[in-house]
Amino acid sequence: MSEMITTLEETALSDYKYGFVTEIEKDEAPFGLSEDIIRFISAKKNEPEWMLEWRLKAFRYWQTIEHKEPSWANISYPKIDYQAIKYYSAPKQKAKPKSLDEVDPELRKTFEKLGISLSEQKRLSGVAVDAVIDSVSIATTFQKQLAEQGIIFCSITEAIKNHPELVKKYLGSVVPMTDNFFAALNSSVFTDGSFCYIPKGVRCPMELSTYFRINAENTGQFERTLIIADEGAYVSYLEGCTAPMRDENQLHAAVVELIALDNAEIKYSTVQNWYPGDKEGRGGIYNFVTKRGICGANAKISWTQVETGSAITWKYPSVILKGDNSIGEFYSVAVTNNFQQADTGTKMMHVGKNTRSRIVSKGISAGKSQNSYRGLVQVGKNAHNARNFSQCDSLLLGDKCGAHTFPYIETKNSTAIVEHEATTSKIGEDQIFYCNQRGIDTETAVALIINGFAKEVMNQLPMEFAVEAQKLLAISLEGSVG
Amino acid sequence: MSLTETIQSKYKELNAIAGNGLLGSVRAKAIEVFNTSGIPTSRNEEWKYTRLAPITNKNFELNIAAALPSKETLDSIRLHADAAAELFFVNGVFVKELSKINSESLVVLNLHEAAESEYKNYVQLHLNQSSKYNKDGMNALNAAFVANGLFVVVKKNKVVENPVFVYHLTDTTSDNHFVQPRSLMVVEENAQVQVAELYKNNGSQESFTNEVFEIAVRENARLEYYKVQDEDENCHHVGTTHIQQVGKCFTHCVTVTLNGGTVRNNINMILEAPNNEGHLYGLYMVKGNTHVDNHSIVDNIQPNCFSNEFYKGIIDGRATGVFNGKIFVRQDAQKTNAYQSNKNVLMSDTATVNTKPQLEIFADDVKCSHGCTVGRLDDEALFYLRARGIGEKKAKALLLHAFAADILEQVKPAALRSYLENKIDERLNIDE
Repeated sequence: MSEMITTLEETALSDYKYGFVTEIEKDEAPFGLSEDIIRFISAKKNEPEWMLEWRLKAFRYWQTIEHKEPSWANISYPKIDYQAIKYYSAPKQKAKPKSLDEVDPELRKTFEKLGISLSEQKRLSGVAVDAVIDSVSIATTFQKQLAEQGIIFCSITEAIKNHPELVKKYLGSVVPMTDNFFAALNSSVFTDGSFCYIPKGVRCPMELSTYFRINAENTGQFERTLIIADEGAYVSYLEGCTAPMRDENQLHAAVVELIALDNAEIKYSTVQNWYPGDKEGRGGIYNFVTKRGICGANAKISWTQVETGSAITWKYPSVILKGDNSIGEFYSVAVTNNFQQADTGTKMMHVGKNTRSRIVSKGISAGKSQNSYRGLVQVGKNAHNARNFSQCDSLLLGDKCGAHTFPYIETKNSTAIVEHEATTSKIGEDQIFYCNQRGIDTETAVALIINGFAKEVMNQLPMEFAVEAQKLLAISLEGSVG
Repeated sequence: MSLTETIQSKYKELNAIAGNGLLGSVRAKAIEVFNTSGIPTSRNEEWKYTRLAPITNKNFELNIAAALPSKETLDSIRLHADAAAELFFVNGVFVKELSKINSESLVVLNLHEAAESEYKNYVQLHLNQSSKYNKDGMNALNAAFVANGLFVVVKKNKVVENPVFVYHLTDTTSDNHFVQPRSLMVVEENAQVQVAELYKNNGSQESFTNEVFEIAVRENARLEYYKVQDEDENCHHVGTTHIQQVGKCFTHCVTVTLNGGTVRNNINMILEAPNNEGHLYGLYMVKGNTHVDNHSIVDNIQPNCFSNEFYKGIIDGRATGVFNGKIFVRQDAQKTNAYQSNKNVLMSDTATVNTKPQLEIFADDVKCSHGCTVGRLDDEALFYLRARGIGEKKAKALLLHAFAADILEQVKPAALRSYLENKIDERLNIDE
């Protein structure tokens, strides 16, 4: 065991292989945040007047809480100077490319390096991708094929232009601009993100996916994702992200809203691999994300996340179980190493009758990292027969890391059944011994056990992601995992 | 006069009488803390579910000297069991004259006497240790009035056969009363003792108790501590029990709340030495408008400690039950085993349960778990009983009784246990 810990300590988070920078011409906003900057962003994106008004309203609200940055989370970081960030940075393009062939070859190379295919001919994975670099979406694949079934999959900028009625109706309906500090900030300066609408009764034939990439220096990425599954629709959505290695911290504050109308189902999977900082704790992305979904009657929303990156993760994908018989699920693996800090979890708000929710959270901490689970299960007065089961397990590798659990359970209905259980331990010496005895060396044994520990969550990931996620898990804990 | 004004003027009055000295400096520091932090509001994370403002907005009398009640009143609250000592607090002030000490193994002093006595050392070491963990205004407010408290030493190598009963009597016949009992107990090496605290008020006006009870347990000693709350709905209570396990020792604590207004129990168990063992049990069985909040901190500082925490709640009527258990395992506390469990039964749709079992772990070679459940009585179990000709009401009562029994059987002194069992049977109406 001690051998394993030493190898773990010796090995730095060996190579963050996505840490390269692409040299591309950029179109940037100056440093700072003001109404002028917001007007600048809005003008850059040729937005209609109502959108600008919406942004300004959010900004004015943010100004009133500017000094009240939330401090309740179990994370510590130097104060962020919101005036020292560029709020808009876009790769220079003459016009939005009409076909994929027109996309800047340098950009295409970037995504190829990341293993994302933007060429539709190579239908390798059968995944439709919206690729977002810094502040703008550069390409969305398979749009035509999807449109045949009435599915709208495009960047949110296009959606604001082409489908204003949908955006107006749903934007901010699940995460209002006044929801929290970072949601207000995002609402005022969000630059791009994905928009997706699945019409009534349609089962989306392929996985939809957004790939986020931070490239430029000193910028923050503020994306906004809005997914609407109309009655009886189904969609599975994937999200991935990477960033270059830099010594300073960069801010990423996203908002994701999911709307599952009656009988609809949304499955949202994330593999978060922002640059986590080096082994001394320098650099890395600050990831402050608000994700929330709302369920109509008989609807289902399922969040699956594998969190391996970011210097700081502050993220609580939640579900409001408004409709009767609706289901919410949350599966999470959060891995922290070196000086990473993660404070993540979920909120399940039971409002309707016969609502069910399930939470499975697995935290793995190594190095000098801190890993927290923070969750809320709320059963309202009228949520008869609500049912919740939560499980959050933590695994500690090394004696300098910490694991924390903050589950909040609030029940106001006597017919509700709420269960919560959590354990914290290290890998048992007897388990390692058992493997050793059967000719499996310690390294492989640890890998085996960690994979088994996280399996319940990994199983929830779509095939395309499961492989990537398993590799990530191995890289993040290199030295202990074969 | 509002409560805050009363506090300020009474503080001056007390300081003028009690003078400076050791306790004087504790008071002076504490009032400063209180003046900056004030009465905690629900904005304070530790007080998220418990609001004191509706109580502290009212007017209260604050006594710094005791009025002596009649013998009948005293008799009415006593348990009439064999006791090593019966110690009385009247309106928050320890009255040594009323108290009876039947055991040679105990030293009982007034706290301000103790601060000047041969036990000065203990007071210096252990008084106000709870302020390190409860940094809010309520704890400071109690410390700001520390003077006429209780001080008990259980002598080295002595086993105290019968329990020590501590009775709190609050006289609310004519006025609202704000009372602040303060106690310090030291269990010396190889000693053994059982302590039980009981509360009673005798009037229709409101009382608000803000208590701090600190216990230091030394090498190889054994402590059993019981707290029983069965006051009326016009009695509010904020109490802190702080147990410092100084040497390798064993502690066993049970808190039972049956009635009251707004009740908040803080219990801290600090395992300061290696190989410590501690158990915390609690039962809250409330109805009406009672609000009960159990906050516990188990702090594992040294290696090889064992701690176990088990709380159960039955919430009926418009009552609210809150459980917040924190387990800390510090970096040096390798090989810690720490367990925590909280189970609740909701009996009505107007009852509420808020629970937050929390773990903070900084050491890797540990086994920690926590679990909590909120639910209702098992339909199948009810059916089983009813199929055998037991009426619905009685069947429910039997199941609830069994649910509570897990905690009740942890109450070791026979007199106290039969007292509690009667109370619970009465509540469940089990004999009908």
